[in-house]
Amino acid sequence: MFRRLTEGSEPSLTIFIDGSPTPARESDTVASAMLAAGRTAFRTTAVSGAPRGPFCLMGVCFDCLVIVDGTDNRQACMTTVRKGMRIETQPGKRTLGP
Amino acid sequence: MIAAEELRDQYDVAVVGAGPAGLAAVALCARSGLTCVLLDDQPSPGGQIYRGITNSPFPRNAVLGEDYWCGDILVHEALAGGTHYAPTATVWGLLRPDEIAVSIGGMTRQIRFGRVILATGAIERPFPIAGWTLPGVMTAGGAQILLKSSALVPEGRTVLAGCGPLLWLLAWQYLNAGVRLDAILDTAGRTNWRRVFRHAAKFAASPYLRKGLRLMLAVRRNLRVVAGIVALEAEGSERVEAVTYRTASGYSERLPVDTLFLHQGIVPNVNLAMSANVEHRWSDTQLCWVPRVDDYGSTALPHVAIAGDGAGIAGAEAAAARGRLAAIAAIRALTNRLSLDEDERDARHTLHRYERGRAFLDLLYQPAPQFRRPRSETIVCRCEEITAQQILETTALGCPGPNQMKAFLRCGMGPCQGRLCGLTVTELMAQARGLACGEIGYYRLRPPVKPITLAEIAGLPTNEAAVKAVARE
Amino acid sequence: MASEARNESEYAVIGGGLVGASVAWGLARRGRAVAMLDEGDIAYRASRGNFALVWVQSKGGGMSRYALWTRQSADAWPELAEALQTDSGLDVCLQQPGGLHLLLSEREVENRASALRRLNKQPEMVPFEYRILDHAQTQQMLPQIGPEVAGASFCPLDGHVNALRLLRALHIGFQRHGGKYFADRPVQRIEPRGGEFRLHTAGGEIAAAKVVLAAGLDNARLAPMVGLDVPVRPQRGQIIVTEKVAPFMPYVVHTVRQTDEGSVMISDSVEEAGFDLSVGSEVLAVMADRAVKMFPLLGKLSVVRCWAALRVMPKDGYPIYDQSEKCPGAFVVTCHSGVTLAAAHALLLPPSIDENEFPNESLEAFSTRRFHVPTAH
Repeated sequence: MFRRLTEGSEPSLTIFIDGSPTPARESDTVASAMLAAGRTAFRTTAVSGAPRGPFCLMGVCFDCLVIVDGTDNRQACMTTVRKGMRIETQPGKRTLGP
Repeated sequence: MIAAEELRDQYDVAVVGAGPAGLAAVALCARSGLTCVLLDDQPSPGGQIYRGITNSPFPRNAVLGEDYWCGDILVHEALAGGTHYAPTATVWGLLRPDEIAVSIGGMTRQIRFGRVILATGAIERPFPIAGWTLPGVMTAGGAQILLKSSALVPEGRTVLAGCGPLLWLLAWQYLNAGVRLDAILDTAGRTNWRRVFRHAAKFAASPYLRKGLRLMLAVRRNLRVVAGIVALEAEGSERVEAVTYRTASGYSERLPVDTLFLHQGIVPNVNLAMSANVEHRWSDTQLCWVPRVDDYGSTALPHVAIAGDGAGIAGAEAAAARGRLAAIAAIRALTNRLSLDEDERDARHTLHRYERGRAFLDLLYQPAPQFRRPRSETIVCRCEEITAQQILETTALGCPGPNQMKAFLRCGMGPCQGRLCGLTVTELMAQARGLACGEIGYYRLRPPVKPITLAEIAGLPTNEAAVKAVARE
Repeated sequence: MASEARNESEYAVIGGGLVGASVAWGLARRGRAVAMLDEGDIAYRASRGNFALVWVQSKGGGMSRYALWTRQSADAWPELAEALQTDSGLDVCLQQPGGLHLLLSEREVENRASALRRLNKQPEMVPFEYRILDHAQTQQMLPQIGPEVAGASFCPLDGHVNALRLLRALHIGFQRHGGKYFADRPVQRIEPRGGEFRLHTAGGEIAAAKVVLAAGLDNARLAPMVGLDVPVRPQRGQIIVTEKVAPFMPYVVHTVRQTDEGSVMISDSVEEAGFDLSVGSEVLAVMADRAVKMFPLLGKLSVVRCWAALRVMPKDGYPIYDQSEKCPGAFVVTCHSGVTLAAAHALLLPPSIDENEFPNESLEAFSTRRFHVPTAH
């Protein structure tokens, strides 16, 4: 549960989190946009299926993995948002691909 | 700032990390006419301490404290001199004594250098408590990143737990920002005060005392602080719902929370240096691995130096000073210029000033043993979900060290490459076997120190011998 | 730890890797008093670097006996897996669905086909079932292969196992059967004395009636101390490991395998690099390139680590099983295929070692005498 402190002068853009249109700011990472939108868990683990969310926010813990525009296991905290970006919860192990 | 394609194949000096050490090093090298490249994995410069400083969501001087805002001078000086600065660039290994591999936008470039200065800074010390893997539990460093980069603050019930200057700084910043904090659970051991007494004089003369006291007094005046925490646990099923604690005096409480921030200090981020075979030693005061470097940050490897918190935790000002010293050594090695004595004197003066008093802080905030060597069911390796119990059982089986432990349990085999479990494993095994941490050792690390795609590896140059070694039909 | 008093066992097994632990477990299971000695945390340890294949096809070209031995081990593997599950509670995830050796050009297919033909036609060879597949047939078995895969050789006997769990299971089982494990005890010197053996280590002396050299590369140094000559040399292999992926490979591929945990492992490189364990990016690049040609979708996977290990390569590539004539009771067991042969080492060798029929007639071919046979001119 996070809120923005400042109004911000940056333009807002729309991303999609598990299909839902969500406002974000230009300099947001996927992680901060998801946290601002009220998301806490970003994925379930490949080992036990336990829920995980961002922990270190600096690219070290690999717990904030999400699917970004169809690519699995992207670190949300290391990915800057883009207009129209599609983000989905990472359910356990990634798949090999289409 | 330049794009990946514009990067050259070779530079006089490559600097890895755009925190205070890297920025200071680059500024000095560029002034000396050397060609420089600054590579950093974040999208904007400043490292962690000056995170977001070039595009802050805050009006200048608001919320974050004066120490933060003065970081922009460093950035300005670093980028003024024609240095090639590549953000979102992940240096994943030293492939040769004079070559690094860096991944930008899914493509790897190999860059040769005359000297490389590793300024990869620090990471949070692992703080393994029961429930630390629950969503909603994060690090204080993470909280600061959200604050500095996105002006995001927690709402609802929020607790900070742990010890160390950064925890107090975060609390103070949150106070300034009007964030509601339910409690600060202080895990610093009371007994530490006795041990640190002999360092008190140096601390009293250092810049830390004045700043630190003012900060702590403000926080204590305005927020609920529970001291002497000896046991701590996060509870919840799908996310954190409460934190329970017990104090040394036996008082216990269960606090419902929405967000829990943990912090018990920072430690050098050793992965790149260790993967390059830089020798490290165990520090009994800082309870972490520290590279063997001389007083210019030079390692035993001819072209490799380490500057900043990656060489040993000493704070942002000391980091910048070390960055300058490493730059001076590089300039002297590459240009035969000796007129840097004044720069060196200044840097050493600053370094001395900010290193004095660190011993005090190190001992005062040494995390308590039960928070470094957790109880049985607590997860130690987050990536592979290995518990302390499994590690102790396997040590009892006769497993001598972390590398055999890795082979037996997969502990340390995940993408974080031991950054969140390695210290815990070393300490647990040392205690179980009755040996010093330095004797137990650490995971053997190799490139890539951050994940890169198989396609990127496939695109690296090969040679005939390599082809023969693999395609043998 | 202070020096220990002299430890006496019936058997001392030098080496706690897959070979040593297999033999030690097998002996301990028979009720023998066994001590297993191992090095410290930083050691060459071929067992950490294996590819975990239980592989039959292509073994034994030049020595039919080896092909048969390999086959016997693969057949005995389910028994080993079950016994270890009982002993340790661990499932080593043995899978023997059949394996493919993927080939990336017509020339490779031809070479492979003729090599397997020659292998199966050797005198005294017990032929094994295999098929040479073209691209389309290979794609039926592995839908994700890329267009550059020209074909494959398939053998229904091939498989793989979780080798790290195997090692752990052997160690747990060994200790449950009363075996004593000494980590951090490299053997400086073996002293044969009065019909038994004294092992000198920095942590004290260990005595045993019999000794088994299963120390991998260190066998070369130890062997002369008991009157044996064991020519083994290091042969570097590098391995690439990816992030965990949902299961997509129903068969085992010789150079690309998916573990039970989901990660994809890529090998297979052979370098005569001495004792150098550094990772070479050129070799990794070739390995990665071939893997991506075999399975194009692998290109997008993240590599989470790479490492190199040293195989224990006997002079002619075949296992060395022998007993010293000069010092009876001193045995050597060494090979480069510690996973495939684990069942043989754990179930088939210990009885013959223990009944003092080692090497027996069926194992004669593996004795060191083969290195001293004068070649005809």
